[in-house]
Amino acid sequence: MSEKETVKSIELLTFQLADQEYSLDIMSVREIRGWTRTTPLPHAPSYMKGVINLRGTVLPVMDLSERLGLRAREQTDRNVIIVVSHDDMLTGLLVDAVSDIIALTEDDLQPPPEMQSGQGPGVVSALTLIDERMIRVLELSSVVASVQSTAA
Amino acid sequence: MSDANDPMAEIRASFFIECEELLEALQDGLQLLYDGADDTETINVVFRAVHSIKGGAGAFGLEALVRFAHRFETVLDEIRSERMSAGADALKVFFQCADHLSDLVRISRDAGDLPDEKTAELLGELDKLLGEEGASAHDEPEPEEDIEFQPAILSLDLDLGGEDDTPELAIADLPDLPPIASTNRFRILFRPANELFETGNEPFHMLRALDELGECDVICQLERLPDFADLNPEHSFLSWTIELSTEADAAEIEAAFEFVEGLCTLEVEAIRQPEEISAELSQEMPETGIEVVQSTQEVPLPDAATNVQEARPGVPRNEQPATETLPEPEPDAPAAEVPATKTPEQKPPAKTNAPAAAKSVVRVDLDRIERLVNLVGELVINQAMLSQSLESSGLSPHSDAMNGLEEFQRLTRDIQDSVMMIRAQPVKSLFQRMSRIVRESSSMVDKDVRLHTEGENTEVDKTVIERLADPLTHMIRNAVDHGLETTEKRLAAGKPRQGRVNLTAAHRSGRVVIDVSDDGGGINREKVLQIAIDKGLVPADVSFSDTEIDNLLFLPGFSTASVVSDLSGRGVGMDVVRTAIQALGGRITISSVPGVGTTFSISLPLTLAVLDGMVVQVADETLVLPLNVVIETLTLGKGDVEMVRPGAHVVRVRSGFVPLFDLGEELGYRSPISEYEGSVVLLIAHEDGSHAALIIDSILDQRQVVIKGLDDSFFRAPGIAAATILGDGQIALILDTSDIISNAIGATGTGASPSLTGIPA
Repeated sequence: MSEKETVKSIELLTFQLADQEYSLDIMSVREIRGWTRTTPLPHAPSYMKGVINLRGTVLPVMDLSERLGLRAREQTDRNVIIVVSHDDMLTGLLVDAVSDIIALTEDDLQPPPEMQSGQGPGVVSALTLIDERMIRVLELSSVVASVQSTAA
Repeated sequence: MSDANDPMAEIRASFFIECEELLEALQDGLQLLYDGADDTETINVVFRAVHSIKGGAGAFGLEALVRFAHRFETVLDEIRSERMSAGADALKVFFQCADHLSDLVRISRDAGDLPDEKTAELLGELDKLLGEEGASAHDEPEPEEDIEFQPAILSLDLDLGGEDDTPELAIADLPDLPPIASTNRFRILFRPANELFETGNEPFHMLRALDELGECDVICQLERLPDFADLNPEHSFLSWTIELSTEADAAEIEAAFEFVEGLCTLEVEAIRQPEEISAELSQEMPETGIEVVQSTQEVPLPDAATNVQEARPGVPRNEQPATETLPEPEPDAPAAEVPATKTPEQKPPAKTNAPAAAKSVVRVDLDRIERLVNLVGELVINQAMLSQSLESSGLSPHSDAMNGLEEFQRLTRDIQDSVMMIRAQPVKSLFQRMSRIVRESSSMVDKDVRLHTEGENTEVDKTVIERLADPLTHMIRNAVDHGLETTEKRLAAGKPRQGRVNLTAAHRSGRVVIDVSDDGGGINREKVLQIAIDKGLVPADVSFSDTEIDNLLFLPGFSTASVVSDLSGRGVGMDVVRTAIQALGGRITISSVPGVGTTFSISLPLTLAVLDGMVVQVADETLVLPLNVVIETLTLGKGDVEMVRPGAHVVRVRSGFVPLFDLGEELGYRSPISEYEGSVVLLIAHEDGSHAALIIDSILDQRQVVIKGLDDSFFRAPGIAAATILGDGQIALILDTSDIISNAIGATGTGASPSLTGIPA
């Protein structure tokens, strides 16, 4: 631990989305839940899967792969919902499966190349390599916050 | 924030809460006076309210507030002592002053900019009252009384250093008063009551404060000290006589005792050298010299002096300095002073004129109540889950478990009701705000209007009250501006000169009904219709019923017109009002009789946390509709449904044709059904009395549901008002039927004119 004091260390929660590996800063993750049926919201964008009951509060859930413009998943019981908190607002992100928690320093992250004009919003803030696998680090604010404008 | 750590901030906050109560009492009292009450108690209540605000404001150094309250209090004192009568003109000023005082309190609390202009204007008005009504007092007849109260102003003015206060009044009237000697000598008798300790005060601090003012000779009097065996450490047996040489004046001495006002017997008198007195006597009216002494007592304890003059020997009104005072109160003081000083001082905040006001009240942080409400919501949901699983387990209904469940359900319901009651508040404060709106708007349009309120004690959820203020303000303004005719028109129509606006609240079958009515000319339907046609809001060639025309006032486009201001009907922003009411789960209706008046009726749920709902199933989804919008359920038979044009159907109900919507389709859950026969239909009523029919799959249940808000900032689902959690833990959406139907109308083009559906977009 102590040798990393000089460089800011971060922990990432990695998960699978359409055979790709993504990750989120673990500080924004509140909990991970198994898949439960969502109550669909009428006229919502298709990535909005609806709402679920999270111990008495109404939690909106979105399908992260649809949100990122990846191919829609076949829903299985192995799907999980990652509950994230952004600006005091809780959101559920539906992913294929959670893989691991990895610790690294900010030096291990590299900015994505300037080519994000393709599909989906520019939500990947950094890339990193773990055991030769490329892991995309998601920028949570742009995943969650921009729903407003798209949905409005 | 620092608030949490700063005890002063806490005290300050409680002062402002107390101010609200005092202002309420003030308004009540003034209203009673206005209604013709003339008893001294009412006047005292009014006076005490202003005085207590002044006292508290002084403690927190809110100078502008003190200055204004002081002048207000001075005039009220004139009325209290019957030197002036509370005529209609005076009351009008008082009402304005009360309003202004509440503004000042609010501004002081929020540390905003003080409206100095308004303050000066009202101070002028108050002075004018003193000038006119009190003119007699300024002349010869009763110079004594005049002077008695004038020095009070003088001493406080000095104390506060107020520049624009009008010392000229005080000084000009008292040219003969000698300047206060640079070193005064006072004799102070200070006897704490038992309550002084109970409220956590220490005589030591007062004595030290006095010591800072000048040279003190303190004599502690032990006469009342009982035998050791009878000694009660929580009681006060000591009293002190302090002789103080100081440059300060009496007001400053009293300031040292500010915190214990009413919790002690306090006498402050100036001691003068005999030669001084005789010198003054020779050069001026004898009373004046003495009255200066008296005035020093007038300032600190006017409360105590109100209704218990006779009964308060502990605070005598000294007529003679030194000689008579001291010996007299001593003997009877111990027995009489405690109740005498306590009664008037401690109760004024709580004690309004209402005899029922003696309830004890606990102030609770709103967060805690929210938490409790949420927990009870959880409990209700859990109870429902338990019921469901027990029922499906096939137990006999007579088994212990089922009996226990029944009892559990009853208790849950009781707890839920009780918790909801905690948030309930009487609408009184809201109504008082409205009386201010009436005063202000009526003077603006120069009409004589009287607000009549009823059912002030009707209790409604706090949130409802807060969110009702704006729509109600709007409606009251409308009633005064557009609803009531001008005075000439009223007289011509044979009505009393004074217009009347009624504001009533009542509980009716689990809802709160608030009516705003006026005795004006009613809605000018021709004009309303004409304007709506001119503005292109309705087609010109359709005939409308009276109700339909009235409802045009709620059309959004109707409000923006500048034409409306010379409309004898109404319309300004009524769409906004309706939206606000609907957001509270309420509905609003109009009824109007030409020449007699107009009534707006608002019906609201008692609480925003629980809803009586109808649980229905649509395309495998469970949904909840507010029960109060459902007026009828029917199963469609052959030939009940007619097509108006492709995609637009109506259903034939006894009263006529009602537009038909498929809920599953409207919500995007499924494609439209083609076979209507056998479908279940809910007949939905709207605020304006129009109907619509919704096709659903089946009705599951009717029950109370706990409302869970949806975070609108994330995604606002059209047609969905909120959500609830069902017994199985699943979330069901609560529908906003009027939203769904107006969306449907927009989408299909069904009933483009309001005449068909009655629902203005």
